[in-house]
Amino acid sequence: MSGNGQQKKEAGDKAPDSKSQNKKAPKRQKVIALKPKERMKIPRHLPNEQDPMERITNFCEVSNGFDIDKAIAEANRCLECNDPVCMKACPVNVDIPAFIQLLYQGDYAGAIRKIRESNYLPAICGRVCPQENLCENSCIVGKKLEPLAIGKMERFLADYEARTGTFTPPPLAESKGQSVAVVGSGPGGLTVAAELAQMGYDVTIFEALHEAGGVLKYGIPEFRLPKQIVDEEVDRVKALGVKIETNVIIGRTLTIDELLGEMGFGAVYIGTGAGSPRFLNVPGENLSGVYSASELLTRVNLMKAYKFPEFDTPMQIGNKVVVLGGGDVAMDAVRTSKRLGPEQTLLLYRRSREEMPARIEEVHHAEEEGIEFHFLTSPVAIHGDENGWVKAIECQKMELGEPDEKGRRRPIPIEGSNFTIETDTVVVAIGQSPNPIIQQTTPGLETTQWGTIVVDADGATTRPGIYAGGDISRGGATVIQAVADGKRASRSIDTYLTKLREEAVSGSTKKHQRQE
Amino acid sequence: MYHIIQTETLAPTITKLTVEAPLIARKRKAGNFVIVRPTPTGERIPLTIVDSDPDKGTIVIIVQAIGKTTHIITEMVEGEYLMDVVGPLGEPTPVSDFGTVVCIGGGVGTAVIYPIAKALKEAGNRVVSIIGARNRELVILEDEMAAVSDELIVTTDDGSHGKKGFVTDALQEVITGQGKPNAVYAIGPLPMMRAVANVTREPGIRTWVSLNPIMMDGTGMCGACRVTVGNEMKFACVDGPEFDAHEVNFDELIARNRTYAGPEQEAFSTWKNRTETTDCKHL
Repeated sequence: MSGNGQQKKEAGDKAPDSKSQNKKAPKRQKVIALKPKERMKIPRHLPNEQDPMERITNFCEVSNGFDIDKAIAEANRCLECNDPVCMKACPVNVDIPAFIQLLYQGDYAGAIRKIRESNYLPAICGRVCPQENLCENSCIVGKKLEPLAIGKMERFLADYEARTGTFTPPPLAESKGQSVAVVGSGPGGLTVAAELAQMGYDVTIFEALHEAGGVLKYGIPEFRLPKQIVDEEVDRVKALGVKIETNVIIGRTLTIDELLGEMGFGAVYIGTGAGSPRFLNVPGENLSGVYSASELLTRVNLMKAYKFPEFDTPMQIGNKVVVLGGGDVAMDAVRTSKRLGPEQTLLLYRRSREEMPARIEEVHHAEEEGIEFHFLTSPVAIHGDENGWVKAIECQKMELGEPDEKGRRRPIPIEGSNFTIETDTVVVAIGQSPNPIIQQTTPGLETTQWGTIVVDADGATTRPGIYAGGDISRGGATVIQAVADGKRASRSIDTYLTKLREEAVSGSTKKHQRQE
Repeated sequence: MYHIIQTETLAPTITKLTVEAPLIARKRKAGNFVIVRPTPTGERIPLTIVDSDPDKGTIVIIVQAIGKTTHIITEMVEGEYLMDVVGPLGEPTPVSDFGTVVCIGGGVGTAVIYPIAKALKEAGNRVVSIIGARNRELVILEDEMAAVSDELIVTTDDGSHGKKGFVTDALQEVITGQGKPNAVYAIGPLPMMRAVANVTREPGIRTWVSLNPIMMDGTGMCGACRVTVGNEMKFACVDGPEFDAHEVNFDELIARNRTYAGPEQEAFSTWKNRTETTDCKHL
C-alpha cells in the first residue's frame, strides 16, 4: 500500500487477506463512528437516474450512480460485521466491509485497490453484477431494512478513480518466462489475463471481433454499461503488459493446437462465451423483420447503429416491436428497441413475472420506460405479408404447471387460446448457445450434449494445458460468474505452469517456453 | 490495420484489391471469405477471398461498388489501409474429381467462382466455365477463367460480348450438346442462382451455390445470415456459404436481403452527396 499518507489505514491493514479466509476470521476493527442503532436508521441511498421519459430518447447511462456524499453516507450504514456474509455471497469474495471502511475514511484509492485485489473489473461489475441476488441479498442490514447499496459504492469508487486519473497498476511479480494465450476478451478472458499478468506470465488475448470486451461490447447496451467504461477497464488490463490481438478467430485464423505448438504458449484459456443465438423453431421465423437479440444488440452496441448514418451500420426497427423472452438479454433487447423509437414496445414471456430470470432492477427500469409486459404468452407462429415482412405474431396463452428441475414452474399451453398480435418487428431473445468453432477445431476437447466445454473443479478441460470458463462451459451465466471462473482457472494455470517450470529445471526435456 | 498493396480496376464499378493479411493467407482455402470493415465508423461486410499468396502473406478480394461500404472500398488506393479484415471464414468448397464440372459466374460472382474453378481444375476435373454480365464492360477475369477452364463461354445480356443471353441459356446448351455434367457450381446474383438451380433440378445434376446473406460477425453469433436449406435453418457463415442449390429457399433469402434496403439507400445518398460537395471544392 502506498500513496495515501494522510489517510488512516488501520482498517485496510488489518483486513484479512485471501490466505486467511479459511481460518477463523480475525476480529475486524470498527471504524464507523455511528452506533449500530444510528446506522440502522439511515435509509438506503438511491442513485440519481435519468428520468424514464427522457432516457428513452437517448442511449446515455440510465443510472448516474452515487456522488461522494451519497457514497460516504451509504458507507455509514455498514454494520462492520465480524463475519461478513456479504463477502461469502460474492462469487469472487471481494472484502466488502474493508472497502466500505476505506471509503468511509475517504481513502478512495485504498478502497478501489482493495476491490481490485479480488476483482479486476470493478467499473463493470459495479454496474452489471446482480448484487440483489448476491452480496446485497445476504447483507445483514437487509434483514430489517433495505440492504447496503454495495454495487453502487463499488461503482462510485471505480468511477472516482477513473475521473481523477488515479489508477496505478498493481505490482507485477517477476517474469516467469512462460506465456499464456487467452481466447476471448470478455469478462472471463480479461480477468484471467489480469490475474496471470500480475503473477508474472506473458499473456496475449485473442479476440474475434474488431474491439476488445466481448459481451460487454456487443451485448450489454450503452445505457447500462457505457463502452467508454469497458475501454478504460480494458486499458487497465493492458497496463499490466497484456497484449490484445483483435480480428483473430481461434479455430479459423489460428487453432488451439497452433497456439500450444508452434506459437509456444504454455497454456490456453477459452472464454468464448455463449454467443450463438437460439431460435424458436416456429413457422415464419426467417421473415424479414425477425431478428435475434444478438443481431439487434450487436448492431446497436458494437456497430453503433443508434448513431446511423454517422456510423454505417443500420438497424431497421418498425412501428411496433415484440420481444420474446424473459432474461437479461430480452430486457436489454426490449429497452434498446424502445430507444430506437417505435410507437409500441412489447415483451412476451411464457411464464409469469415471478419466474423471469432477468434482474429485478432491469425489469423495473423497463416498466418505467413504458415497456408492455405480456406474461404467460408463448409464440406459435409468425405471419408475413406478400413481401416477406412480418405482419403478425400468433401466440398461445399458457398456465403454470409443476416446477421443473430448476424449480421454476413449467408453462403449459392452454388449448384453443390462440390469438394474434399485429407487429412489424420481432426480436427473439430466448437464449444463446456456446459458440462451436473451437470445439469443432480442437481434437480431444470433450463437450456436453449442449455444446459446452467440459471442465473439472479447477476449470481444466479434458486436454492438458487447456482451461475454460464462463458461458462456454456453463451455457449461460453472469459476468461475475465468468470473472469467478477466470480467477479459478488462473490459479490452476499457475499451478500447471509452475509444475512445468519445475520439471524443466529438474532436467525434463519438455520445452514450453514461448519462442519470441 | 490491413495494408492495401495493390489495386486494379477490372470494370467501371469493380475493383480488385491485394491486401496484406499473412495469417489469413496461410489458412485460406477456396470458398473461404473474410469480413471487412473499411473504416472506424464502417460496416462489417463479407467478401470472398479470390486468391491468396501464403509466401507473400497477401489475399485478393474483388469488390463491386453498390452501396456506401462497397463504394468506400472500391475507391481505396494502394498504400491505404482497411481498418479490419478477419478470417478465413466459412467452410471451404467441397473439391474433388467429379469428371466434368460446369462453373458459372454471374457479374461480380465470377470473382468468387474463379478460385473454385481453379481448385476444381487442379483436382483433375474437366472444367467448362460460363461467365455472364450485363454488357462487355462488366465482364471480368475472362483471361484468368480461360486459363483454368477447358472451355469458356461468355454471355452478355445485350450481346456486346460473347453470346447474347443469360448464363442459364448457355448452361442449357452445354447440357443438350455435351450431356449432363457431373456437377455444377454457380455463383452470382440470387435470381441467377435460383434460375441455375431450376435448370439442373429436373436432370438431377448436383449443384452448389454460394450464398451472400446479410452478415455481421461471420462466426455464428448474430443469426442474420440464417437461410433455409432443406427445411432446416442454417447459418451461412459457419454452415456455408456453399449449399446444395436444390435445397435452398431462394425466395426467402431474396426477401431477407432486402431487410435493410431503406437505410442502405439513405446511407449511400448521404455519402454520395457529401463526396460530390467535396469534389466541387477541389475544382
